[in-house]
Amino acid sequence: MNNNKTNSGALLDVKGLRIEFPTRRGTLTAIDGVSLSLKAGEILGVVGESGAGKSLTGTAITGLLERPGRIAGGEIHFNGQRIDNLPSEAMRKLRGKQIGSIFQDPLTSLNPLFSVGRQLIETIRTHTDLTPRQARARAIEMLTQVGIPAPEQRIDQYPHQFSGGMRQRVVIALALCVNPKLVIADEPTTALDVSVQAQIIDLLKTLCREHGSAVMLVTHDMGVIAETCDRVAVMYAGRLVEIGPVQEVVKHARHPYTRGLMGSIPKLGEEVEHLVQIDGAMPRLSHIPQGCAFNPRCPYATARCREEKPEFANVGQGEVACWLWDGVDPATDPDRLFSNVTLAQRARQQADGVGSAPKKSMQACEQEV
Amino acid sequence: MQRLMNMRDDWHRFLDSDLFYSFKGSRITVIATLVTVLMILAALFAPWIAPHNPFDVATLDLMDSELPPMWLEGGDARFLLGTDSQGRDVLSSMLYGLRVSLVVGFAGVFVAMIIGVGLGLLSGFLGGVVDAFIMRLADMILSFPAILVALLINGVALSFLPQEVMHESALYVLVLAIALTSWVQYARTVRGSTMVEKSKEYVQAAKVIGLHPLLIMIRHVLPNVLGPVLVIATINLGLAILTEAMLSFLGVGMPPTEPSLGTLIRIGNEFLFSGIWWVVIFPSLTLALLVLAVNLLGDWLRDALNPKLR
Amino acid sequence: MLSFLIRRLGQSLLVMLAVALLAFSMFRYVGDPVTNMLSQDASVEEREQLRESLGLSEPLYVQFSTFVVQAAQGDFGISYRNQRPVSELIAERMPATLELVAVAFIISLLVGVPMGVYSALKPHSWLSHVFQTLSLIGISLPTFVTGILLILTFSVTLNWLPSFGRGEVVSIGWWSTGLLTASGLKSLILPGIMLGLFQVTLIMRLVRAEMMEVLRTDYIRFARARGLSNRAVNFGHALKNTLMPVITIIGLQLGAMIAFAIITETVFQWPGMGFLFIQAVSFVDIPVMSAYLLLVSLIFVVINMIVDMLYFMLDPRLCADRGTANSH
Repeated sequence: MNNNKTNSGALLDVKGLRIEFPTRRGTLTAIDGVSLSLKAGEILGVVGESGAGKSLTGTAITGLLERPGRIAGGEIHFNGQRIDNLPSEAMRKLRGKQIGSIFQDPLTSLNPLFSVGRQLIETIRTHTDLTPRQARARAIEMLTQVGIPAPEQRIDQYPHQFSGGMRQRVVIALALCVNPKLVIADEPTTALDVSVQAQIIDLLKTLCREHGSAVMLVTHDMGVIAETCDRVAVMYAGRLVEIGPVQEVVKHARHPYTRGLMGSIPKLGEEVEHLVQIDGAMPRLSHIPQGCAFNPRCPYATARCREEKPEFANVGQGEVACWLWDGVDPATDPDRLFSNVTLAQRARQQADGVGSAPKKSMQACEQEV
Repeated sequence: MQRLMNMRDDWHRFLDSDLFYSFKGSRITVIATLVTVLMILAALFAPWIAPHNPFDVATLDLMDSELPPMWLEGGDARFLLGTDSQGRDVLSSMLYGLRVSLVVGFAGVFVAMIIGVGLGLLSGFLGGVVDAFIMRLADMILSFPAILVALLINGVALSFLPQEVMHESALYVLVLAIALTSWVQYARTVRGSTMVEKSKEYVQAAKVIGLHPLLIMIRHVLPNVLGPVLVIATINLGLAILTEAMLSFLGVGMPPTEPSLGTLIRIGNEFLFSGIWWVVIFPSLTLALLVLAVNLLGDWLRDALNPKLR
Repeated sequence: MLSFLIRRLGQSLLVMLAVALLAFSMFRYVGDPVTNMLSQDASVEEREQLRESLGLSEPLYVQFSTFVVQAAQGDFGISYRNQRPVSELIAERMPATLELVAVAFIISLLVGVPMGVYSALKPHSWLSHVFQTLSLIGISLPTFVTGILLILTFSVTLNWLPSFGRGEVVSIGWWSTGLLTASGLKSLILPGIMLGLFQVTLIMRLVRAEMMEVLRTDYIRFARARGLSNRAVNFGHALKNTLMPVITIIGLQLGAMIAFAIITETVFQWPGMGFLFIQAVSFVDIPVMSAYLLLVSLIFVVINMIVDMLYFMLDPRLCADRGTANSH
């Protein structure tokens, strides 16, 4: 089964994924050429603004893309097996058993009419040969692991009898109850109280390490990424703009968008005010600009950025899709690159030049609405 | 001139709108609209297009009675869809019956709309006891099937009225019975919108400059609820026509002297076993087609204007 | 739960009182009850006597309370038209209506629910389109037109099934049933279909809409994400969640069917309560009318209560006694 195109040793390998939504006004490309991979046991964070296509990527991997959305290109390999074109029954057997999922809102993820135990036992028995009694024991064990007190009593209770944080623990138990190799966690803490967010992330991290599961953590919380992940992928308007080890991306971001996201401050410090903010809004799918999708908001955009779509290139320990890095020594310290005099000047000019670029994009958006 | 330009702009915007797009995309809706419009036109111009006048006794000839439709053996070219036991032309009776059915249907919906919007505004604006009373009344009406409530109202009204005026007033009683059974939906919708608007600042502002807040609210709430109210009205039109037909069929609606489609079906039903099926079948199919077309239209309008269901 | 039920009971009593008030004012103010009850040539003494015995000279609230107390005991007075106690007339007619409604209800459930489930699960299949079209036609076809078409086809043309009456009935105590004889069963077929058909389309559309809504929810997507089989997701999870709200409306439809039976009974000259009622309406036979109204309201109220209780039994969220330990 091993294909020499796949990253050897990668648990999950997504290559050139493209997802389209046909609509009456033409086909929208929601995901455009996203490639990423995960090693066993690794935690990959996926960040970006809402609508960047983070969740959609996760949905496509689990094979739960809903009509009219469709995978229009690319391949998804899991454990050496191509899974994007698997028959639905084979994919179903993979879901839950090999690839677990955690959804955003624990309040709506659990069926209100079934007890927590029944939902756990049902899942365990679908994927294993355990007897009902064994499955129940396993369910109680899982509830203990996710830190639910008195699991023997609570297993027979219904979701509405649990608080939001507790429900997300139950959801985690459901995702991990048959030891999947990969867990796709789609903003698992967004709907929770700030006070319990850290606990849940912590729990997720610890448990996945214990179970040896890799995690694809979709979120827009940079703090969570910095604390939890091994590597980070940054998405913008359905495209991947940068991917790399967490420390590199957080501290030495190579893409102007990532730098804006991180609010990172260049070491030399003179041009601070031009770097930390991103003006404008992410374009709608129907109006993704030509060239680099980020160009209308990018302080460094050149004519080339407005015409040619940047290629993904190895830079340092990660990869980035940005023309600024074209012809630059990949080992260059990004902070030095961005503090380069010509770049800084360009940024200042664009900012002063009636702030034309961002304003234009805003106007375009308003007309749309 | 400017106005004309604006109208043209509006028209173009309408042609480019999602609503019109979904209309064009649904062939069945286009057909339903066509059928509805044709039926309304036929009813409107019944006195001119009907080949005979079914109410003019002088033109009736018993020799012509119980003739089958034209294309069957024994049919007569003068009577396209045959004649009834009195020698009346079925097609002409139907055209006039359609007229009555549509008048009662439209009037019923219109009166219900007025009552519902009025009570909804009042209920939402005044709140308190008035609101509670109106809403409990609405609950009560809703907890009974429309046909039963309509039957009751109709029955009570007819028994109060003296025999002589009963026939003349049948139409008004029917309209009232239909309206009183179907105002609830409008009232609930309008009440909800009114309550939302009530708390907004401009209502308070209106008070400050001395305008009656109710007046302001009517001006602001009505445009907001126009869409939903229209959808409800369209959906209810089919129901109103059906209710009228049912009451007339049961013999408590339109009298035989001024028959609606339901009355015609009732009369035809009595001859079901004597073999003159055309007297009952044609009005039945017309009624079914009319209600189907109107329902299709209402369904489509609801789906098109309710993005939640898309 | 208990307080909720008590509140519902209070509301129901209020509805019943309102209907009773309506029935009473009809009885009291539509025409003169005394004239209605006696023949034209009754003497003045007879009139006075009847007026006394009806209590018509008492204060209104006394009359009303007497009316309510008597109605609660099943005493609705004498039918103007038949000169017989109304309770007797209704008791005679009730089995016919209830059997008809029961048969139609079962038909509508057995056909409507599977059709709705199928077209929700496979919304794009050709069969679903057929169901959708049929349901639209069914919902637009006036029930009496359906009945007439059925009679025309199966009675007049094919001569297979009877077109009026109940056929032979067997009496079990005061209940007369048509379910035990061949002719009784044959007589039930057409009216049962006519009354059930409209409900089939309603139930189908309802189940379909509700189930499609449920299938879009997060917990169904999460159930799929856990790799549960389609059967477990669709019939274990989605169906149960679908039926919860559907039960309420189906329950209310049962009440509506009793009302719609008026039309079916008229078309098929079915000797039930509805036929009795419509005759009473055309003869302004107020005691029969008010008795029917009160009875139907009572049935409605009882059905509503049963539906509420079912809800309590099925939905764990409403079951307070299962404990509300909420750990925060």
